[in-house]
Amino acid sequence: MECNVAERKVVDAKNTFCPGPLMELIGQMKMAEVGDELEILSTDQGSANDIPEWINKVGHEMIDSFEKEGVWHIVVKKAK
Amino acid sequence: MRILVVGGGMGGTILANNLARRLSGELKSGKASITMLSASEKHMYQPGLLYVAVGKMTPDELYRDQVSLLESSITFRVDPVTKFNLKENNVVTESGKQYDYDIIVISTGSRTFAEGTPGLAENALQFYTEADAVNMYKRLQHFDGGKVVVAVGVPHKCPMAPLEITFMLADYFRERGIWDKVQMHYTYPIGRVHSLEPVAQWAQPEFDRLGITYETLFNMKEVTENKVISEEGTEAEYDLLVTVPSHKGMQVIEDSDLGAGGFIPTNRTRLNIEGYENAFVIGDTTNLPISKAGSTAHFEAEALAENIASTIKIGTPVRDYDGKVFCFIEAGEGKATYAMFNYQNPPNPKAPTKGIHWFKTAYNKMYWASARGLL
Ligand SMILES: Cc1cc2nc3c(=O)[nH]c(=O)nc-3n(C[C@H](O)[C@H](O)[C@H](O)COP(=O)(O)OP(=O)(O)OC[C@H]3O[C@@H](n4cnc5c(N)ncnc54)[C@H](O)[C@@H]3O)c2cc1C
Repeated sequence: MECNVAERKVVDAKNTFCPGPLMELIGQMKMAEVGDELEILSTDQGSANDIPEWINKVGHEMIDSFEKEGVWHIVVKKAK
Repeated sequence: MRILVVGGGMGGTILANNLARRLSGELKSGKASITMLSASEKHMYQPGLLYVAVGKMTPDELYRDQVSLLESSITFRVDPVTKFNLKENNVVTESGKQYDYDIIVISTGSRTFAEGTPGLAENALQFYTEADAVNMYKRLQHFDGGKVVVAVGVPHKCPMAPLEITFMLADYFRERGIWDKVQMHYTYPIGRVHSLEPVAQWAQPEFDRLGITYETLFNMKEVTENKVISEEGTEAEYDLLVTVPSHKGMQVIEDSDLGAGGFIPTNRTRLNIEGYENAFVIGDTTNLPISKAGSTAHFEAEALAENIASTIKIGTPVRDYDGKVFCFIEAGEGKATYAMFNYQNPPNPKAPTKGIHWFKTAYNKMYWASARGLL
């Protein structure tokens, strides 16, 4: 897997409730180019479930998802 | 010390007034000056647009002269900035003037970007500007029934507006006696009916009770004459479409390369622009992942004014912005509630009451005291 970490944009949505991590990701994805990778950081368990569901529904590519010290990291590649 | 405030809306006004009081001695002695540059001589109470859209207020009630809201020690100019030169500590304005500063605060707000969604501007009603809200009300008056769809773009200011307009429209149709001829359908970008979980938990059964249908994970991709097509591959047919389009910051922010989409990378507690010690940003123009709301701009302005004043007086800031946001939520049927939260504490809204609705109605008038810094 090719993974250019230097070009990955990190969206820090830790400890934020409104608009929340998924809405933040949706907004950032709009501004991204096809092929860009975004890593969203979230402390909200709910969005850890919501985000993969949305990525799947829209058809973007889920690259990675893991929890580290209470923070969810979800990495997604803009596919279209 | 020359302080330049760009933007005479909610954030800029509260910040400038607060700072003028804290620095009254320095302003009198000439050690400091505060100049505000704005794009309008008028100040609009934007939350009032919701009421204009359903015929409960008229636009003239939403405006005051900006000068009347400012401390007299503040120099006010209507001369919009056309270029920010942060490295050179100056801005250039529409009139061609250059303003040099020692400290700058940017609070130029955000705007709807209907052009980002094909077909939206031609087919959908909006209520985020005076002209759009008046137009929406006129269209509503001639609507006698059918399917009403509410759709929401990302990002948008005022996270409560999509829910509020839905409940207010339900009230409006009931008052006109056509509720039985209307089918309302609410759509929302994420997996529940509101970004705040407790608000979603309260609103969803309200929708069920009122017979309002809903679809979540629905992001507008395109609007045609009779349907909205979502990024997720679904469609919602409508007879009347009410939208909150996605937003951008002001064009000048993008033109000055300060941030993608017109939103400026901002430190979440100190509110300085990343990479600059003397340039700050508050309100809708930050890229912070928090609500774009007047209350956010208000609390940021208070924290920043205290820090700028203390930096001038003792050489160091004294407090962090804690992420505080407070939003009223109009719930229809003469009731309202509110949500308050910060970076550490999630919101815990209570059941809507008539008392909170009355308080919100009073706040619509008290706003001006708040902008002057008296509340
Ligand atoms: C329909 C609606 C309902 C809302 N309801 C609520 C609510 O209930 N509660 C709540 O908290 N918030 C609400 N809001 C949101 C709230 O109004 C905004 O979040 C708030 O005004 C943001 O403050 P600001 O200072 O960032 O920007 P604004 O108040 O929008 O001010 C921006 C200022 O910048 C000036 N400007 C623009 N371009 C330039 C330039 N190039 N140079 C100089 N000046 C410039 C403008 O003239 C203006 O004075 C609502 C908004 C809308 C539209």
